Amino acid sequence: MRLRRETAAPVADPTRGVELRAVGHVYGDRLVLADIDLHLTERRIGIVGANGSGKSTFARLLNGLVVPTTGSVLVDGLDTRAHVREVRRRVGFVFQDPDAQIVYPTVAEDVAYGLENQGVPAAERAERVAEVLERYGLAGHADHPAHLLSGGQKQLLAIAGVLVMRPARIVFDEPTTLLDLVNTRRVAQLVEDLEQQVVVVTHDLDLLHGFDRVLVIDDGRVVTDGPPDSSVSAYRALMVHR
Amino acid sequence: MLALYVPRASPVHRTPAGWKLLALAGLSVLVFAVPTLPVSGGAVAAVLLLGLAVAQLPAGVLLRQARAVLWWLVGLFVLHAVLTDVLTGTLTVLRLLALVLAAAVVTATTRVTEMVAVIERICRPLEWVGVRPARIGLVIAMALRFIPLIAERADRIREAQAARGGLPRGLRGLATTVVPLLVQVLQMAHTTAEALDARGADDEPLPRRRRRDR
Repeated sequence: MRLRRETAAPVADPTRGVELRAVGHVYGDRLVLADIDLHLTERRIGIVGANGSGKSTFARLLNGLVVPTTGSVLVDGLDTRAHVREVRRRVGFVFQDPDAQIVYPTVAEDVAYGLENQGVPAAERAERVAEVLERYGLAGHADHPAHLLSGGQKQLLAIAGVLVMRPARIVFDEPTTLLDLVNTRRVAQLVEDLEQQVVVVTHDLDLLHGFDRVLVIDDGRVVTDGPPDSSVSAYRALMVHR
Repeated sequence: MLALYVPRASPVHRTPAGWKLLALAGLSVLVFAVPTLPVSGGAVAAVLLLGLAVAQLPAGVLLRQARAVLWWLVGLFVLHAVLTDVLTGTLTVLRLLALVLAAAVVTATTRVTEMVAVIERICRPLEWVGVRPARIGLVIAMALRFIPLIAERADRIREAQAARGGLPRGLRGLATTVVPLLVQVLQMAHTTAEALDARGADDEPLPRRRRRDR
């Protein structure tokens, strides 16, 4: 966990969106992603693909958790390789398993963690934490131990911990996989209500209803890119022939 | 401390964590430096008064902590009753009970973040040798967060084993629980490290070595 020195004064251009230029990624001798050239500017973008297709790695490229082996990823014009800290401030990330991303023992303390890292003053921190807990129905649980929350509440807490940082874009990696139907609907509604650009990796095809664009990733390549209906149909057809 | 914080608007809750820890240290010195029945008995009474009346903690919170060390206290009392005398046994039990209850009052009235802030302040001189106190604080907070989670995962592994025909006992039982638990904990640690990065812990991008879904 070393501090990374960044190159000087990045100038972000929010109109540029997320650009992937000739992106490829390998782990050891295993090719995970290849030949990806994309420009993501839509507000709701879905990513689907079979297990092991490379979609989680793709998601991690978008906020610099993974840097590409070849090519480059630019967020608002900032290269994730050179300006990782600034990129992470702009792109929030919600993981599949909320238990792995809740780092403080109690609810309010965990939500405040990201703000502490951003150096937000204590008074503003408390105000923003209270606001986000209220918005996601967790206000009554502020001092509760996180491990005693239900699965749905934990996922909401994980999302609150990201949203409180007010990122311009949010990546969700299979946010509903561990949830029941009621909580899946809550998360779907939450995603729909967000003003930010949202990229959702999912196996839940219903979640993609109303999205602007859906990418199908297969064997490390984007094989379909279009509106939800046609992309989901293409994905279903692809899976039938497996 | 794992799940012990009880939110109340009491003067004890409002007292800075550093003062509470200092008082706890002072009490420890007092009950051992003045080994008399009135001092140790008075300490237990004072801690109970402070916890129940002033801090308005539920009696169950303190009772749970006392119950956790009950057999140690009984064992110590019996040992002293046999080897020395009943008075020494009573004194020993009261001393330890006072400290256990006082620690419970401190943890039940102090948020983890306040405790962590004190630890960071105490560790600040270590910055001279390259240690980052904020990281020590984070490690302690995460330990408190993950201990119950890991215990829960261990329970799930045991349940899964029971569902498939039984629970091996002894060393074999330990191995069949510890090995899958270790694998799960390492996977979770990897994701948690990524989550810390994503929430601004200022780290370099992690190499992705292993993942269930690429």
